[in-house]
Amino acid sequence: MSYIPISEKDRKEMLERIGVGSIEELFCCIPENIRLKELLNLPGPLSEPEVLQYFQEKGEKNLYGQYLSFLGGGAYDHFIPAVVDYLSSRGEFVTPYTPYQPEVSQGTLQVIFEFQTLICQLTGLDIANASLYDGATGAAEAVLMASRVKGGRRLLVASNLNPEYRQVIYTYTRNLDLEVVEIPYDRSGRIDRAGLEAALNSQTSVLLCQSPNYFGVVEDLKSLGEIAHAHQAMLAVVISEPLSLGLLEAPGKLGADIVTGEAQSFGLPLSFGGPYLGFMACRKEFVRQMPGRIAGQTVDAEGRRGFVLTLSTREQHIRREKATSNICTNQAHCALRATIYLETLGRQGLKKLAWINLQKAAYALEKLTSIPGVKRKFTGPVFNEFVLEFPAEWETISRKLEERGILGGLSLGKFYPGLDNCALITVTEKHSREKIDHFARVLEEVLR
Amino acid sequence: MYPENLFYTKDHEWLRLEGEEAVVGITDFAQKQLGDIIYVDLPQVGKTLEAHQTLGSVESVKSVSDIYSPVSGEVIEVNSELAQTPDLINRDPYGQGWLVRLKIKDKDELNNLMKAAEYEKYLEGLEH
Amino acid sequence: MINVIREPLIFEISSPGKTAFRLPPLDVPENPRALEGLPLREDIDGFPEVSETEVTRHFTRLSQMNYCVDFGFYPLGSCTMKYNPKINEKVASLGSLIDIHPLAPESLVQGNLELMKTLERLLCEITGMDAVTLQPAAGAHGELTGMMLIRAYHQAHGNPRKYVLIPDSAHGTNPSSAHICGYVVKEIKSNERGTISLEELEKEMTEEVAALMVTNPNTLGVFESDICRIADIVHAKGGFVYMDGANLNALAGITRPGDMKVDVLHLNLHKTFSTPHGGGGPGSGPVAVKKILEPYLPVPVIEEKDGRYYLNYNRPQSIGRVKSFYGHFQVMLKALAYILTLGPAGLREMTEIAVLNSNYIRKSLEGIYHLKYDAPTLHECVFSDKYQKEFGITNLDICKRLLDYGLHPPTMSFPLIVHGALMIEPTETESRRDLDLFIEAMKAIDREARENPELLRTAPHITYVRRLDEVQAARNPVLRWEKK
Repeated sequence: MSYIPISEKDRKEMLERIGVGSIEELFCCIPENIRLKELLNLPGPLSEPEVLQYFQEKGEKNLYGQYLSFLGGGAYDHFIPAVVDYLSSRGEFVTPYTPYQPEVSQGTLQVIFEFQTLICQLTGLDIANASLYDGATGAAEAVLMASRVKGGRRLLVASNLNPEYRQVIYTYTRNLDLEVVEIPYDRSGRIDRAGLEAALNSQTSVLLCQSPNYFGVVEDLKSLGEIAHAHQAMLAVVISEPLSLGLLEAPGKLGADIVTGEAQSFGLPLSFGGPYLGFMACRKEFVRQMPGRIAGQTVDAEGRRGFVLTLSTREQHIRREKATSNICTNQAHCALRATIYLETLGRQGLKKLAWINLQKAAYALEKLTSIPGVKRKFTGPVFNEFVLEFPAEWETISRKLEERGILGGLSLGKFYPGLDNCALITVTEKHSREKIDHFARVLEEVLR
Repeated sequence: MYPENLFYTKDHEWLRLEGEEAVVGITDFAQKQLGDIIYVDLPQVGKTLEAHQTLGSVESVKSVSDIYSPVSGEVIEVNSELAQTPDLINRDPYGQGWLVRLKIKDKDELNNLMKAAEYEKYLEGLEH
Repeated sequence: MINVIREPLIFEISSPGKTAFRLPPLDVPENPRALEGLPLREDIDGFPEVSETEVTRHFTRLSQMNYCVDFGFYPLGSCTMKYNPKINEKVASLGSLIDIHPLAPESLVQGNLELMKTLERLLCEITGMDAVTLQPAAGAHGELTGMMLIRAYHQAHGNPRKYVLIPDSAHGTNPSSAHICGYVVKEIKSNERGTISLEELEKEMTEEVAALMVTNPNTLGVFESDICRIADIVHAKGGFVYMDGANLNALAGITRPGDMKVDVLHLNLHKTFSTPHGGGGPGSGPVAVKKILEPYLPVPVIEEKDGRYYLNYNRPQSIGRVKSFYGHFQVMLKALAYILTLGPAGLREMTEIAVLNSNYIRKSLEGIYHLKYDAPTLHECVFSDKYQKEFGITNLDICKRLLDYGLHPPTMSFPLIVHGALMIEPTETESRRDLDLFIEAMKAIDREARENPELLRTAPHITYVRRLDEVQAARNPVLRWEKK
C-alpha cells in the first residue's frame, strides 16, 4: 500500500506525454553502479489492522501504565481536556505546511499570534516567538541570544538548572568561543549568592537560571536580576513547569530579560519525551536577536486585519550563516495544543489548577516527611516538586518501591554528587489523596 | 537620478565630500533593488572603518544587504531619523536618507570611486 | 472555506467569569502555609475567559481559514507535502505508547525502546548507513547534529579544520548550521547544469576544509551524477561528505546515500516518511552515519542485548545531547507505521511515482514557463517567471493567483540561483486529475498574464484575506494583542 492514486492507464499515458518508454528511464541520471539491484530488506507491507496490531503488541510490552508514578523533572503528567485532542486533530491544523502563503494560512497564523500573546501575558515580557523545539534547546538559544546582545563570552548557568538542559547548552556552545560557568546552589536549594557574585565579571553576558529549579525550589528572581544587572549582564529564566506561572509572579516583572522554557504541561501528552514545546519571550529591545519564527499583525489590500510571519530577515532562509539561529521549523502543532489548552482553562482555570498542584504537593510533602528518616532536603519554597532525603541510597529504595508498583521519584545522585540519598518527587492534580496516602504507606513499609 | 556631485561605489553606495568629511548613503538603484526598507543597522559614533569594511546593513521584508564604507575614516554622526522612518532611504536616497557622516582619513582613496557618468555606465553593464 | 465570518482574537470575545473546563475539588486539606515565601502574582493580566462552545467555534473557524493537504494539491518544492495516512495518527495516539514518562525505568518501556531501535534499523537499511540517532527535532537540527559529529571527529584527530563547502543552490539552514558549529562557509558556484562543478570543488577542497554539504538530488531536482567522484575528491583531503536528505523522496528504494560514499546525512521524517507538517512542526530529523562517525553520536544511544533494550549514556566521545530525552517519539511512530505499511516494494513505488508525477508536470508546462536548467530532474522541477515578466508579472503574482484557483502555490524564489523561481514538487500521492487541475490552472494563469495582468497583480481575490501588507508588519511590528 503506497497511497498512490495513479492507475496503470494513467501511468502509460503520462509516460507517453513525457516521451519515455518506462519509469526506469526517468532515473537515467543515477549511475548504474550505485543503483539498487534488488528491493530493500524491509518488513511489510502490512495492512491497516496488521499495523495497528503491531503497535498494540509493542504497547503491551510497556509496563509503565501499571505503576503509580511521581516522576517529573521536566516532563509532567497533567490532565488534558477533551477539546484539546478534538480540535487539534482537525486536518486543517494537522496537514498544512508552515504559513508561507498567509492568505490561505490565517488559521495557523492567528493561532501563533494568540500563542505569542498568551506567553507574553504569562511571562510578563513584551514579545514572544512562535515556539522552539523544547525547553533544553530554548535554554541553549537563550544563552546564545544573550551573548549576541551583550558581546561577552562568559555565560553563567545555574547548577540547579535541569541537567539535560545544561548538557544541551554545552553541546551548543562547545564549538563557539564561549565559556560556560556553573553557579553552585546553597542549603535552600537556590543559587548561591556568594558563588554568583564571585563568578560575575565584565565579560559576563548572562545569568541563566531555572525557577522552579530542578530541585523544585522557586528562586528569588528579583534579587538575581539585581545582581546580574549590576554587572551589566542579562537575566535569562528557564521555566520547565509553566503551570507555576498561574500562581507565581511573572519573571518579566521581576527583572528577567529573557524567559524561555518548556510548555509540555499545557496540553501535551508525556509522549515518552517528545514532541514537546519550547517557548521564548524577551524585552522589546532584543527582538532582532530573537531566534525562531514570529507572527505579526498587519492589514490586507482592503484594510482588514490579517497576520503574517514577520521580521524574517533574522532567519536562516534570508541571512544564511549570519542568522540568529539555524532553526527553521517551530513546533506549530504543539503550540496550537497549548493555545487551545490555555484558552480552555482561562484566567480562573489556570490559577486554580496551579493552586491545586501546589496544595497537593504540600500535602504530599507533609505526609512523606512525617515518615521517620525522611527529610526535606532544601529549605526554599516549592511549587509541585520537592527533594526529599532518605536514610539510604535512593536507587535502593526506588527499586523496592518499584517492586511494589510505585515509581517514587527521580534519582539525583547521577547528576549531583552527594545527593545519592535524595529524590525529586512530583505531584500534580492527577494524584488523588488516596494515591499520595498509598505512596506514603508503602514508603514507610519499605523504609522499616 | 545620479547626481553629478557625488562619488559612487560598485556596491551602490554614494559619497558626498564636505571639506574633510564625507556623507554616505545608498544609491537610487540600490534602494529600488531592495524595495521597501524596513530596518537600518548603523555603526556607533566613534567607530573607525577601513575602506570596504562593513558599515552596517539595510533590510527589506525579504532581504538584507550589507553596506560597505567607500573610504576609510571615523564615524562622526549617524542618521538617527532612520530608526523611526527607514523609508526615508526609499523616498530621498541622496537627501534625508543619508546613513553616516565620516571624518575622512585619506582623501586619495576618493580616486578609487566612480563619478556619476562612470557609475551609470557600470549600471548599464549590470542590466545585461 | 467560509469567508463571511470575521473571527476575532480570543481576547476580544473574553468576558470575566467564564471558563471552558471544570476542575475537580481539592481532595486534600488546604494548607495556607504552602504559599509562604512564594512571590505570588495578582492576576494574569488580559488572559482570556471563554466557554467551551466559544473555544470550539473559535478553533473550528480558524481551521477553516487554512489550506491543507487534506483539502488539496500542495506542490511546495523541497517540502514533500504528501498525503498523511490516518492510521499513523491512530498509532501515535495509543495510550500504551505515549502516556509514558521519558525517564521511566528501561525495564518498563521495552516496547517503546524496541520501536525506536526498529526505526533506526529500517532507516539504516533505506539509507545504506551504519548507525542512526533519532534525537534531532527537525531537519535543521539534524544538520547541526551532523556537522557537530564531523567537527568532533576532526577535533579528536587534532584539528577541527576551518571551512565547510556549500553549493550556492543549498537551503539556508546549511550555511547557518555550519556557522553554529564554528565553521566558515565557502560557497561553491553551480555549473551550467546546476550541479557541483568538479573543477571548482578540486580548487576549493583543501586540508583546511572539514566537509562538503551537498543536497542530492539538489534543490533543482537534479541528481549529482558525479557524487562518487565528488566524495573521492573530498575524502582525498580528509574531509567528510554531509548529505542533506531533504530530497530522499527521489531516491528511496532506488539508490542509497551510503552507496554514494556519503558519510553522514539527515532525514526529514515529516517529508519522505509522511508525518504531517502540523502548520510548521513538529518535524523529526534523524541523522545517519557511517561507522567512522558512530562514536560521536548524541547520548543516549539505544542498544540491544539478548532481546532487551538499554539506553547507553556512557559514550566518552559523544558530542553530548542535542535536546531533552530521545527526540520526537510520536513523530517516529508515524514514520515507522508508514514504512511498515509500504514495505520494500511500496517504498520503491513511492519514489517512482513521485518522479513520474514531477516529470509529467515539467513536460506539460515546458515552453509555457521558463526552465533555466534543462538537465533531467527527479522528484521536483524549478521553473521561473521569465516569460511572464515581459508582461510585468512576477512569480509572486502567479502564486497569489493560484490561490484563486483553489490550489496551493509552489515554493517561491528558491533556490536563489533561479531568479523568480517556481519550485514544484507534486509527490506520489496526487491523482492524475489533481495534477491536470494544477497544469490547467498554470496555463490559464499564463494566458491571464498576457490578457489581463491586473487580475494577477491584485490576486488573490477570493481568500479570507487579500494580499497582506508585509512592509507594514515589519516596519511597525505588532507581535501580540494588548488590552486597550
